[in-house]
Amino acid sequence: MITVKELTKRYARNTAVDHISFDIQKGQIVGFLGPNGAGKTTTMRMLTCFMPPTSGTATVAGFDVLEEPMEVKKRIGYLPETPPLYPEMRTGEYLEFVGRLKGLRKPELEKRVDYVCERCAVADVRDKLISKLSKGYRQRVGLAQAIIHNPDVLILDEPTAGLDPKQINETRDLIKSLAGDHTIILSTHILPEVEQTCEQVIIINKGKVIATDSVNNLQSRARGAESVLIEVAGRNGSLDSAAIQSRLEKVSGVNKVVFKEKKESRNVFEIESGKGRLVRGDLARAIVEAGWDLNELRPSAMSLEEVFLQLTGQPEAAPKEAAAAKGASQ
Amino acid sequence: MRNVLIIWRKELRSYFVSPVAYLLLAMFAVIFGFFFWNILGYFVFTSMESQMRGEMFPMNVNEQVIRPLLSNVGVIGLFFIPMITMRLFAEEKRSGTIELLVTSPIRDGEIILGKWLAALTLYAGLLLLTALNFIFLFKYGSPDWKPLAIGYLGLLLQAGALLAIGMFISTLTKNQIIAGATTFGVCLLLWVLEWVGGYETATWASVLSYMSVVTHIGSFSKGLLDSKDVVYYVTLIFLGIFFTARSLESLRWRS
Repeated sequence: MITVKELTKRYARNTAVDHISFDIQKGQIVGFLGPNGAGKTTTMRMLTCFMPPTSGTATVAGFDVLEEPMEVKKRIGYLPETPPLYPEMRTGEYLEFVGRLKGLRKPELEKRVDYVCERCAVADVRDKLISKLSKGYRQRVGLAQAIIHNPDVLILDEPTAGLDPKQINETRDLIKSLAGDHTIILSTHILPEVEQTCEQVIIINKGKVIATDSVNNLQSRARGAESVLIEVAGRNGSLDSAAIQSRLEKVSGVNKVVFKEKKESRNVFEIESGKGRLVRGDLARAIVEAGWDLNELRPSAMSLEEVFLQLTGQPEAAPKEAAAAKGASQ
Repeated sequence: MRNVLIIWRKELRSYFVSPVAYLLLAMFAVIFGFFFWNILGYFVFTSMESQMRGEMFPMNVNEQVIRPLLSNVGVIGLFFIPMITMRLFAEEKRSGTIELLVTSPIRDGEIILGKWLAALTLYAGLLLLTALNFIFLFKYGSPDWKPLAIGYLGLLLQAGALLAIGMFISTLTKNQIIAGATTFGVCLLLWVLEWVGGYETATWASVLSYMSVVTHIGSFSKGLLDSKDVVYYVTLIFLGIFFTARSLESLRWRS
């Protein structure tokens, strides 16, 4: 659906997007992930024909953004970071105006306005002035605007920025529900958002693509092994941690056992095993056979956040980014 | 053409849903009404005076009422034009709606033309209000309607030129106040440039005074349709629209 080859955008002093290439298949939801200033918005603006690339090519639905911008624009719905709303218009009027701009005409226009109002849950504010709407409603009107002409491709720039947690969830669900009909690219700097919403992720940093993969693959790729957290307790009194450790190390498939902490009688270990080896059952059996209690056993998958930091190699930014991401995702 | 109409309608609506259009219409009507009352009063006073002195001084409504009034309308217009054009692009840039317009399947030229025509339509509305006053002249006197019509054509052309320039200035900033103030300065300059011709006869002076909008409105107020003056205004309109288009294009390269 979208093919980007060696796309570059250079400003007078800096290069915002540096020879990036990727392919997006029809019907996918793709997350465009990167810290602020990574070049996400610039890339999106080039795809929507808002600005021309310095070099390289991008085609949307088979049309080149430089050579046939009109055809590309007809097939793209775009929600910029701040929804492009006219505060003096009423929601219905606004959607009608945008529909006309995108080339819809009367009988169909009315049907589409009804449809997007329903779809984006803005039907109840149809006759309200946009200036009176809450931020969540504005965002949804922005989304309604983007899908009014039933575009093949939807480009959403930070669609959940500045919303409260409830609104964020509503917006994410709405975006997911749109996935069947449209190919969606959404940009974000919030990692859990990608985990929750997208199937595919393109990580970009300083204008370059550093990883393109499915969300699942990326998580396992970042660490070649799987790890399990185990909490073991004794029935009567405290246990010798070293004894447990040596017992666990004997389980086949286990590469490494790390003693994490000891709380009263409970011992917590992190166990790493080879990729694809299912060791959880054996671990549980070993502990029970030794007469200990197995309090907890859970896989500790690496979050995208850790993957992201590992890939971008920005340990210094880690605490801040993580805090921001957590704050926004709650 | 359909796209031009879409933009035109949206712009006109936004003039009329805010108090802007009503304020401008009311202020223009009041100020013009005062000018009309004043000039008519002077006309009546002088005609009575000449009657008492027994002079048969040739009094002419066209020459002594309509002509000065029309040049006054042009001057009042200079003050109103910045208020009409300042938000055209500055506001879209500030609120980010320019991204919607520019990423829609519609050409830049259509956006620009729609906006300019909407501004011109509002200005024509202002002029229409002034026409109400002239109805009285036709009721109680018998002025010639042709010079009046040509005078209005001149005013519309002058406004078209200044609105195009104001629209261009509005693309340069996100701040309406800056756009408005700059446009006002440019309009004022284009008006007073004519003064140089009053005392200086060198070539540069005549060039400067040729550039003034006032130089060219004179013939229209007299009721003369001079192709030279029409060309001047039409050129300014094209220049204004051309620069707006270039500025909008450069916005895409820069932002």
